[in-house]
Amino acid sequence: MKHIVIIGGGIAGIETASALTDAGHWVTVIEKDTRVGGKLNNWSYLFPDFTPAEKIAESLLEKCREKDFSILPDTEVKAIIRNQDKFNIHTSGNQNLEADAIVLATGYELFDARRKEEYGYKIYDQVVTSADLEQLLRPGESLTVAAGKNPKRIAFVHCVGSRDEKTGNHYCSKVCCITGVKQAIELKKRLPEAEIFCFYMDLRMYGKHFEELYREAQEKYDIQFIRGRLSEASEKIDKSLLIKAEDTLSGRPLKMNVDLLVLLVGMEAGKGTASAAFSCGVNCEESGFLKSMDSLLRSNISQQEGIFLAGSCTAPMSLNDTLLHARSAAIEVNNYLKKSIK
Amino acid sequence: MKEFGYTIIKQRTIDYDQFNGRLLNEILLMEPSFKVCLSCGGCTATCSAGDLVNFNIRRMNLLLRRGETAELESEIQKCMLCGKCMLVCPRGINLRNVIMLIKKNISRNKTTKY
Ligand SMILES: Cc1cc2nc3c(=O)[nH]c(=O)nc-3n(C[C@H](O)[C@H](O)[C@H](O)COP(=O)(O)OP(=O)(O)OC[C@H]3O[C@@H](n4cnc5c(N)ncnc54)[C@H](O)[C@@H]3O)c2cc1C
Ligand code: SF4
Ligand code: SF4
Ligand code: SF4
Repeated sequence: MKHIVIIGGGIAGIETASALTDAGHWVTVIEKDTRVGGKLNNWSYLFPDFTPAEKIAESLLEKCREKDFSILPDTEVKAIIRNQDKFNIHTSGNQNLEADAIVLATGYELFDARRKEEYGYKIYDQVVTSADLEQLLRPGESLTVAAGKNPKRIAFVHCVGSRDEKTGNHYCSKVCCITGVKQAIELKKRLPEAEIFCFYMDLRMYGKHFEELYREAQEKYDIQFIRGRLSEASEKIDKSLLIKAEDTLSGRPLKMNVDLLVLLVGMEAGKGTASAAFSCGVNCEESGFLKSMDSLLRSNISQQEGIFLAGSCTAPMSLNDTLLHARSAAIEVNNYLKKSIK
Repeated sequence: MKEFGYTIIKQRTIDYDQFNGRLLNEILLMEPSFKVCLSCGGCTATCSAGDLVNFNIRRMNLLLRRGETAELESEIQKCMLCGKCMLVCPRGINLRNVIMLIKKNISRNKTTKY
């Protein structure tokens, strides 16, 4: 029996593990966190259809229970040594694993919004990130601003830490546009009185049902979209925020007072991905995400033989795309192992 | 005869065939960073001159790109060259240099159109 070690137990890692177990292999998942599930554990309702994140997380756990693969929680990789066509993996838990193939599924990290100082995250009380908002949108949480009042006017800022030379992230994080639409709708459902604005540079509704959701946001929830990038936010005495942008479609500078500012933070490859890649000699792109052999036919195959890539450690992607990428990684691993039997 | 007022509408079609790109090309050659402007308006939102008078630096860029040099020449004088716009530009464009180049080269390159 062939042994495959998967590093990272998010959606990508678990889906790959599950598919490879089905294919008759022995699989071990190394997860640095206590729980598997990755970022999904922090989200409330998921685009494009508002499925509760808990439901998806639960079905993931179900897979872990019913299939016979092992999970090593609270564990990181210390060193990986190639030994002919096998790998010796030394973990932080002082275990030594021998693997025939490795899959990196280390995911992404959120952009640290404090780096865009002009938006005032962690300086002004009423500035939150989209990740913070996911927590606030969970059942049982309440959304109030200073003096316990409901926010009357809320603005979303697109492309925070993405498409921005100043932060060194040139790429588009792909899911934050639709995340903004999703969250704006969620907020409007809870706060029907509130006015909600999205400040965007381009709206990227690339996926199935995304454009429809955008339309629904306009039609049913009166969300307003303004094309212009925020230059700055400043706090007033009553803790509300004054934001500045250009309304580029009317060609005039715009000022607005809001009670809550939501920063749609982008994705970065992050330390977890960098350290795993470093330990096995896998290359990163300029963006920090992992480099595959090519981006069309071999997006799951790293430049190191026997090491494969799955999910958002290769590029920003939605859950849907992550699942597909994970399954195709499993096919590639399977093909590789079959070849090496001969 | 009824006056429909058609005559007071000046021609607003951008006639690209009449476009003389000399000034634009000169500037792009000397400050290539200007090629990647995505018209986000961050510069206009923060502009010191725009705070005081009716001035839209993003639109200046567009005028240049469409060869509308007459309006550009008078408008660009409003810029105070403070450089604030460059602090927010997500594409890292050296806008101050672009403005300097416009000021320096515009009279030589004026097009008669518009
Ligand atoms: C605010 C926000 C809202 C979102 N909402 C949605 C939504 O509604 N619908 C949707 O489809 N998508 C949504 N997404 C995208 C979604 O989060 C990703 O598609 C998904 O998390 C990608 O899964 P992954 O397994 O590739 O990565 P991750 O979820 O990041 O999982 C990676 C796992 O690997 C572990 N790991 C990392 N490094 C190491 C290491 N060195 N050793 C061991 N373990 C390691 C991590 O602890 C983590 O458990 C949202 C994203 C954001 C930012
Ligand atoms: S998905 Fe939208 S908000 Fe996110 S980086 Fe791309 S354009 Fe910006
Ligand atoms: S340099 Fe000119 S265009 Fe830029 S912010 Fe200052 S006044 Fe405005
Ligand atoms: S901030 Fe930069 S990219 Fe945005 S409109 Fe101004 S010059 Fe163009």
